[in-house]
Amino acid sequence: MIRVENLAKKYGDFTAVDAISFEVAPGEIFAFLGPNGAGKTTTIKMLTTLLRPTTGTLQIDGLDPIRHSNEVRKRFGIVFQDPSLDGDMTAAENMEIHGIFYHVPRKLRLERTEVLLRLFELWERRNEQVKLFSGGMKRRLEIARGLLHTPKILFLDEPTLGLDPQTRNQLWGHVKHLNQTEGVTVFLTTHYMDEADRVAQRIAIIDHGKIVAQGTPAELKQQTGKESLEDAFLSLTGSSIRDEAANSADQMRQMAKMWGNRR
Amino acid sequence: MSAVYVLWLRELRRYVRSRAQIAASLGQPLLYLVALGFGLGPVFQKAGQGSYVQFIAPGIIAMSILFSSIFSGMGLLWDRQFGFLKETLVAPVPRFQIMLGKTLGAATVAVIQGLLVAAVCVIAGFRAADARAIPIALLFMILIGCLFSALGTAIGSVLQNIQGFQLVMNFLVMPIFFLSGALYPLSNLPPALSVVTRLDPLTYGVDGLRAALIGISHFGFAADLAVLVTVTVALLFLSSYLFSKIQV
Repeated sequence: MIRVENLAKKYGDFTAVDAISFEVAPGEIFAFLGPNGAGKTTTIKMLTTLLRPTTGTLQIDGLDPIRHSNEVRKRFGIVFQDPSLDGDMTAAENMEIHGIFYHVPRKLRLERTEVLLRLFELWERRNEQVKLFSGGMKRRLEIARGLLHTPKILFLDEPTLGLDPQTRNQLWGHVKHLNQTEGVTVFLTTHYMDEADRVAQRIAIIDHGKIVAQGTPAELKQQTGKESLEDAFLSLTGSSIRDEAANSADQMRQMAKMWGNRR
Repeated sequence: MSAVYVLWLRELRRYVRSRAQIAASLGQPLLYLVALGFGLGPVFQKAGQGSYVQFIAPGIIAMSILFSSIFSGMGLLWDRQFGFLKETLVAPVPRFQIMLGKTLGAATVAVIQGLLVAAVCVIAGFRAADARAIPIALLFMILIGCLFSALGTAIGSVLQNIQGFQLVMNFLVMPIFFLSGALYPLSNLPPALSVVTRLDPLTYGVDGLRAALIGISHFGFAADLAVLVTVTVALLFLSSYLFSKIQV
């Protein structure tokens, strides 16, 4: 379903993703793990037509995301790591826009909007502007929106960041359900190793832009001789702490905050 | 095509929800109309050109549409900042439709803004020469709105952050306004200025609007129409191309 060969992304001298190769089979739940700044999000951006690779090839459902970008876009859904909601619109309007973008028939769209907003406990607040929502509510809405249409591949980029255990449970329950009943292929990243261990059938670990290990959770534990996936992860990637450079969007967001406070 | 509709609707919803902004954006045109219209009125009259308020009212209406449409078009920058841009970038919708929806939405907002300013002009004493020409004036308002919304979305696709905003304001939007003949007649200009005004698309918008509202035209109705439509279509294609090149 996803095939990546020697994929690389360079920014000047800096290599964010360094010649990685992997495959994800149809109907598989695949976890892509790594420390901050390892290249997870850059890889997801290249897979989802947001970024052009420097070198290497990739295929989504047999299609090249650069040449057939619109066809590829029809095949996947994504929950982004950072905010992507329209704060001026209400929760229901955000769902509406998404449903129309993805050609979900009106009746189905309204049904699923209600089911998902109820599932993530946003239904009562559906007619409020999203900018009035708390961080957790926004996050839940991002997820509900990402699940509105049923794609062939679902990308989840750290979807559970900042969520309480209840919501996490709901999310993974729903994702597993989609995977089993509709055969949706899932490509996820997370920093919670227990989640990856529970949900993912196969795992790739990336560090400094390179894939350092691949296999089932059991294989990774066996390979490193550790009891838990977390220990296996640490022994593969070391225990030093990484930091990402702020990109221009982050800087702008910071500036907007400054301006907002002045008012 | 429903994607075009929902993006159009989004611009309209945003506009209706920002009442303070609506009021604030009426201030500047009002200032130009009152300070220049009445301040320079006696001089204009002495030069034998008639009422200055009559003359600049179409220019002020065009100005408000110019500002409003460029800024709504550049709303892409805010989408980029708050992340919604990513949602549109991964959407399985042809880029042309996304730009068309945004452009039409921004243009609609700008035309509403232009109508509000037109109402203010009427209160200040402006009278259209021939009420039957008002639909033609509306057509030109829509064209001005579409053209500069398309330009705004094109700029919004290229700029990375709001630091560039001031640059666009000072080196693009203000010159487009001041070099358009919104404030002065185009006849008997120094040759250099005359050339520059002819390169400014707003010139043809103001001229068409003036033709419809007070019956004075420099280039003629057909030429104004042809230039505005051609430039608008070209900018729409340009902005869809630039949008398709965005990487985040």
